[in-house]
Amino acid sequence: MLESLALLLFCQLTGELIVLFLNIPVPGPVVGMIVLFCGLIIVGKIPEKLSDTASGLLEQLSLLFVPAGVGVMTHLTLLGKQWLPLTASLVISTLLTIAVTGLLMQYLTGKENQKEVNNG
Amino acid sequence: MDDRVSVMWVYLSASPLLHLTLTVCFFVCARWLYRKSGGRSWLNPVLLSVLCIVAVLILTETSYDVYFEGAQFVHFMLGPATVALAIPLYRQLSSLKRHPIALMVSLLAGSLTAALSAILIAKIGGVSNQILISIAPKSVTTPVAMGISEQLGGLPSLTAVVVILTGILGASLGPLLLDKLAVTNEMAKGLAMGTASHGIGTGRAIYMSDVAAAFSGLAMGLNGLVTAILLPIIWRWLTG
Repeated sequence: MLESLALLLFCQLTGELIVLFLNIPVPGPVVGMIVLFCGLIIVGKIPEKLSDTASGLLEQLSLLFVPAGVGVMTHLTLLGKQWLPLTASLVISTLLTIAVTGLLMQYLTGKENQKEVNNG
Repeated sequence: MDDRVSVMWVYLSASPLLHLTLTVCFFVCARWLYRKSGGRSWLNPVLLSVLCIVAVLILTETSYDVYFEGAQFVHFMLGPATVALAIPLYRQLSSLKRHPIALMVSLLAGSLTAALSAILIAKIGGVSNQILISIAPKSVTTPVAMGISEQLGGLPSLTAVVVILTGILGASLGPLLLDKLAVTNEMAKGLAMGTASHGIGTGRAIYMSDVAAAFSGLAMGLNGLVTAILLPIIWRWLTG
């Protein structure tokens, strides 16, 4: 467990340093994720210990959003003023994204796969 | 007696332990309620615990800064958890090998639609740039979306709430919409759910089929990567 946590922290730190060094506006942990992902491809499998620690951490992932989410209390006035365009944006954009992605993927993969998948 | 109570309150309100405990306890209760209800998406535990904690903080006149001193210990784990997302992404790699081009094209189209349409609609509504960039990564999984928002000068806390709302919207309306549009291909359904509404959408896709769940999980991971790389470029271009 500790080895895996050390590895995750090390990847994150590497990611943060890469972001600083290259001066790119990508979040450090995302670059850390790419670093780990490349490592997994090189190794060719997920070490068991790492898999266990990651599952444990990701199972609790929702909890980790709460402190940041509570920060919305500092924007209540703003939300009170602009709730209409924000709601419209969220609803329309989410439905549009689902429609575009779903229709395009279905169009591109064709009907034969649809049949195969439906049977499977 | 009153003296002792006030001594205790002074200790508690100054110690980070109170707000750390508050965060974890509210979340555990909210999750219990969510599971008890059979996983109704509008009873999302994050949304519910955020609302309760905000109510408590307002009632006790506690500032967010004081709250965050305790909650930061939970918040800090977001970084390593984001890195750990590489593991489920690696597991989905075999799904990527089927129709890689169709998948990447659809994902890119969905990813761009999600960010650009959100920016455009809110812009028409007269929303400021700081808020625009906070809602642009709304379809991306929360830790990545917050990172993007912070990097580009947005408000990560607003992003967190918007991302969760988007997830709930997609999870509850997505299946109906896909049905109406006659999207019956399980790969397409999964990809659409994961691209538009990340982990919460993937949670819903699990009830569709194994194929839909795998593609949804893959779409969630890839959309995070694609948006983290493309949005800064698009944003720089849009704001000049």
